[in-house]
Amino acid sequence: MSVAEKTEQLIPVGTFKSDPVHSTVAFAVKHHVVATFRGKFADFEATLVGGEEPKLEGVVKAASIVVEDENLYGHLQSPDFFDVERFPELRFESSTIRRDGDAFVADAELTVKGVTKPVSVTGTIAGLITDPFGGQRLGLSLETTIDRSAFGIEWNTPLPGGGFAVSNDVALLAELELVKEQ
Amino acid sequence: MRILALSGSLRRESYNTRLLRAASELAPPGVEVELYEGLASLPPYDADIDVDPVPAAVRDLRGRIAAADGLLISSPEYNGSFPGQLKNAIDWASRPFPESSLRNKPIALAGATPGAYGAMWAQTDLRRVLGIAGARVVGEELPVAHAPTRFDDEGRLIDPEVRAHLIEHLELLAAEARLSAVAA
Repeated sequence: MSVAEKTEQLIPVGTFKSDPVHSTVAFAVKHHVVATFRGKFADFEATLVGGEEPKLEGVVKAASIVVEDENLYGHLQSPDFFDVERFPELRFESSTIRRDGDAFVADAELTVKGVTKPVSVTGTIAGLITDPFGGQRLGLSLETTIDRSAFGIEWNTPLPGGGFAVSNDVALLAELELVKEQ
Repeated sequence: MRILALSGSLRRESYNTRLLRAASELAPPGVEVELYEGLASLPPYDADIDVDPVPAAVRDLRGRIAAADGLLISSPEYNGSFPGQLKNAIDWASRPFPESSLRNKPIALAGATPGAYGAMWAQTDLRRVLGIAGARVVGEELPVAHAPTRFDDEGRLIDPEVRAHLIEHLELLAAEARLSAVAA
């Protein structure tokens, strides 16, 4: 393998932290079978360590969920859903990361509502770039789909014509702009 | 630890109220069960009077729930669900939402009926309604069917199986209330 090819497969050396203003952690779930409902979390931090042994970690505050209805917000925080009182954080920790050009794949452990399961996230990586202030930045765009019932989030209600109000499959999405620590 | 016991029945000789009195006797050491007796004095829920100062009966209900470590609700079943007066109490207790006295409150359910099903539909509906209100409904349903055979003439719970289930129910509720106290 040439030096150029190896460089293509490495995450740049350094520790990169998510820029909260320009990053998004969100979810998308089928609602009433026919539509896609999206929400996001306002309070999270992601850390990518590059180099020979890359690692991606993330912590999300469950209570920071953002939806456009206070009743839904309250219900999502309750024991029926995230049970924020007992499980205030969602956590992500990679075990292996593979990069092939722009493609990014991570095998990881995801913890939601106190349940830890293996997941594989896929997406793209972009950068390094140098920002107007001299900082170095990377972009990560990642997605995975989980079965929420496997994490103990099983609330649902049946629809008159069959099916359920909320799908068990939930897409988790992260659009991260990561800044290299000085 | 204090458990507030709510009976869904207003009837003087109610089997559900008798069951909750038995819970008071059977509570594990360190657990005090207080019977709520204000159900009939609650006005129908009306957002126009859910303003400061709220009616005294509402303030009393919300205060007792907030001060309790957990709730034990025992309900009859009317027309396949729990009675309106109990729903009315839950509606008052659930406001303001979501920061209400019911939020994260551990709640165990029971139901006593003369019939063969022990208010199972009432308990299923209570679980759904209380969950939406933000409460933590714990354990399985506790159906007490054929209720007249479970109590003696003085209204004491004499059925050993139901007594054992009720003790298990109270132990689970107390354990969940302790977990909530740690998390809070």
